Order: sequence, then C-alpha cells, then structure tokens
Amino acid sequence: MSASKSPSSRKTRTITVDTLARVEGEGALHVRVRGDRVEDVRLRIYEPPRFFEGFLQGRRFTEVPDITARICGICPVAYQMSSCHALEAACGVTVGGPLRTLRRLLYCGEWIESHALHIYMLHAPDFLGYQSGIHMAADHPEMVERGLELKRIGNQILEILGGRAVHPINVKVGGFYRVPARKELLALREPLLGERDMALATVRWVSGFTFPDFAPDYELVSLRHPDEYPFNEGRVVTSRGLDIPVADYEKHFHEEHVEHSNALHSVHVGEGTYHVGPLARYSLNFDKLAPIAQQAAREAGLGTVCRNPFQSIVVRAVELLQVCDEALAIVESYEPPDPPAVEILPRAGTGAAATEAPRGLLYHRYQIDADGKVLLAKIVPPTSQNLRQIEDDLRAFVEGHLDLPDDRLTWQCEQAIRNYDPCISCATHFLKLTVDRG
Amino acid sequence: MLVLGIGNPLRRDDGAGPAVAARLAGQALETLEVRTLSGEVAGLLDAWAGHDDVLVLDAVASGEPPGTLHRYAAADGPLPAAFSSFSTHGFGLAEAIELARALGKLPRRLTVYGIEGEDFRSGEGLTPAVEAAVGWVVSELGRDHTAHSAR
Repeated sequence: MSASKSPSSRKTRTITVDTLARVEGEGALHVRVRGDRVEDVRLRIYEPPRFFEGFLQGRRFTEVPDITARICGICPVAYQMSSCHALEAACGVTVGGPLRTLRRLLYCGEWIESHALHIYMLHAPDFLGYQSGIHMAADHPEMVERGLELKRIGNQILEILGGRAVHPINVKVGGFYRVPARKELLALREPLLGERDMALATVRWVSGFTFPDFAPDYELVSLRHPDEYPFNEGRVVTSRGLDIPVADYEKHFHEEHVEHSNALHSVHVGEGTYHVGPLARYSLNFDKLAPIAQQAAREAGLGTVCRNPFQSIVVRAVELLQVCDEALAIVESYEPPDPPAVEILPRAGTGAAATEAPRGLLYHRYQIDADGKVLLAKIVPPTSQNLRQIEDDLRAFVEGHLDLPDDRLTWQCEQAIRNYDPCISCATHFLKLTVDRG
Repeated sequence: MLVLGIGNPLRRDDGAGPAVAARLAGQALETLEVRTLSGEVAGLLDAWAGHDDVLVLDAVASGEPPGTLHRYAAADGPLPAAFSSFSTHGFGLAEAIELARALGKLPRRLTVYGIEGEDFRSGEGLTPAVEAAVGWVVSELGRDHTAHSAR
C-alpha cells in the first residue's frame, strides 16, 4: 500500500493499493483524484481468466456439479446448487420434499463457513484497526475463538452432508449420492444450539462497531421466495420493482467486458449498476427472516432496509443467525429421504437457475443435447455483478471523504471493497489499491 | 506424537504429506497417531488441540531442488513465505500456526517438515525425488517409533 502527497493539495492525489489483502483472489485498486473530484476508479482484476464455461462444453451433464464446485473453495455449494437446479430445469424435473430440505441444510453449512470467516477473520479487523485476523487474535482471543467455533460447525455440516468440508463431493444432479442417517444429523443438534447463541452474540458484537455515514441509493437485486429466506429458488426481484422469473434473467442483466478487468462487469439493462449480496437479500426479504433474526436485527439498530455497505457485517451476522436457526429446525425434523436422489434422464433443452451464494445471486444456464452432453454453459457469479457497484461506491466514498489523510482514506477504501466480501477467483473468471491525488 | 499430513493428492507432489501419513498409518506404529488433513485453519487448530508433540508434513515450493526436506520448529517463529497458502482467502498452515500462537494454543512442540515439490499439476503420483524424500521420512519416523508387531 502506498500513498502520496498531502491530502490538502489542490492538485492530483493518487492512492495505490498494489495487492488487496483479505479478499479471495488477485486484484488491485487505483483511484485518481483531481482537486475535489474523483476522476477515475479502476478495480483492476489481473487474476487470469479461468474459462470454466468453455471447458464445460462437451462434458456430461452429470459431471457439472463437481466441476463447477472447483470454481471456489469458499462457496462450492453455491456452484453445485445453481448447476443442479439449472440442469434439472433443462431435464424438466423439480426436486422437492426432503431432498430439497437437505439441500437447504447443505447451503446453511456453506453460509455459516463463509459468513463466520468473513465477519471474524476478514472484516472485523477493519473496524477494530488490525491488519489481519491473526493480529486481532492477540488482543481479542475470545472473539477469534468464537469465529473459529462458528466456522467449525459449518465445516461439520459440510462434512456430514457433503463428504468433506471443502469442495464437497456428495452432490449430484437429482440429489445426493448418500444421505446421512437420522442420528448423524441429530448429532448436530447440540452444537447448533450453541452455534445459534454464538450467532446472536455475533450480531450484538458487530452492531457496536462504528460505521461511516454512507448509504447509496442502490438498485438491490436478489431472489425472493413466497415462503422462505432465499437460498435455492425464487423470482429475481429488485428494489426498483422488477419482478421476473429466473429464466428471464438474461433479458434484463448483461455482462460487459471492460479493458482493466479480467472479470466481466454486469449491468441491469436500462438501469445500470446494481447490488447483490447480503444487503440486497436482507432488504428485499426482511419479512422472510425467522422471528429470532428479525428481533436481533431490530435490536442491532437495522431498519427493514439496509443500504450502508459498511453495515453489511451486521447483516451477515443476522444471516448467520438465520441459517443457524434454519439448520437447527432441519436437523430436528430430519427423516432420511429414500432414494437419496431423483433419477434424471437427459433430454435436449436449456435450463436456467439462480441460487443465493453467500456473496449474492449466482446464475447458471446450460444447454444440453438429448444424450446429456453440455452444449453451452453460462455462469454469472455475484462478484462480477458487484464489481461496477464497488467502483461506484469507491468514487462516492472518496469524494465524500477527501478531508481524510491518505493512509486513513486508503484503509477505508480497502474496507469499502471488503464490504462486498469479493471473490475474485469466482469473478475471473481479482486485488492491488492505488489512490492518485497528484 | 501426532503426525498430520496435509495437501491434495490430486495435485501430484502436493500429496507428499498425505503420502507419508498413509504409509505411517499402514505400519500401525503405537506411539504415533497419524491423520490426513486438507490444511484448512479450523481443521488444523482442532487436530492439534490437546497434543504436546506434533509433526506436520506439507509440500512446499521454495525454489530448492525437488525432494529437499525443510525442517522448522514453530517455537522459533513464523514459517517462511513458501508455506503461505495458495488456498482460499489465504489461510493455511502458516496462518494456522500464527493464529494458534496468538491464541496461546500452539502445541509445546510443533515441528514442520516441508518436502520440496516439483510438479503441482492435476494428477496423482509423486515425482521420483519427492517419492524418495517421502520414503526417507517414513523410514526415519518408523525407526524412532516402535512397531506394534515388535512388542
């Protein structure tokens, strides 16, 4: 990280962060300020493109969940779920009942792993003034231990249901290879009761942090389902009134190539930049949160809509509580489905699906032939949908905070990026930071 | 002693740690408890909780000749950069050790053997130099610990 010149200069200021820390993947940020105007903000994504969509072509549709799981070590379940749902849609099959419930439990495990890691090890150090979770651990050992304990239970859910904690191997189109016995899941009941209390304590802890006064008029985009906080299915809705089936997603949202990024940028056609992730999900689905999560959110001072991205840490904590509560309910009422998967016979067709990854809406579309060979794959990860929004946030945030000295401004710019918990590996298919004030 | 082999056997030489663990487990040495792990932080902290003497085996890419055995004692300080994780969000063995140190949860004795790898591409099997290093580590550890059958 480097910064140049005094903040009072009326000329140009540059702030540079060469390698952004505590984000997943490789990228850099460059901000150029002239006088009191931000001239340029570029999130330069230099992690190489990954070509997943290309090498899925020609593979059997049954291989897709295991291949796409490899896109991300933090959210493999999201890739497995979006691909399974899209391929099942292509084959004209809907997987419901206890298998659907078990998929929700698997997703709960991933959200717990991902949110606990981001809240405790990646984002909290920003608010408390530490370079890393490890530096924070020396002064706040009890907090870091709580974060690790939370993550551990997420790992356990993935191990039992997914076969292992990272890159689970037990998911197939149609369901699972093997489903756990009732007593295997019941063993999670006691830990989950403790986990839910820790999640509630997490909401209380992070709500006491100091948040910059910053709340852009985002177009928030997420799934919405009539009966549930969204994971696996729903309609795509926005804060400006769009409400469409997932199959129409590409009519409204386009990916564009920009020169400084190996990740595509998504835009809402006719509207522009939009925002996916915890703030969007929470604000568009507050009424679907469990009573315990709604109450914790109110006590934390959140309204039913939250547009301050710095408060995303509080929203993640509320979501952590939500999924602990749901996981507990699933575990308590579990009866093993038989058989462990619905048989899926391929047919020529196209299917699209979106699920809510921890970082936001994840869209997949596949075209397969009558033998089940993949002819076309399209994957739109949450981080590439948020990249343009992150750049807009930085532009607005820097313009509103030019009085800050460079080191403080740089720190808060990095924090503004981590608000999104960006996953660059997913999107390249990203980070360095430069603020240029001349 | 607890022996932890970490790495991914589907990335050729990255499987050096698990290869040592598998061969030691096969010898059923009574004073050795052997486990294989992915190298994820919470898993490592869990695994060595309550143990006084821990040996961690991992593959490294530091630029030394393949098969070179690097030895470190965690008590001496942070591991060199070659152990820093390529894994998600940059949390691996080096970070797990520093986190344990900060939390006061480092085993009394934690030794790390880093086996220099050559080929980390997709696929199974070790390159000859790494295979030789794995064999040497297994026989050294085997000699130091009594086999069940020899009782």
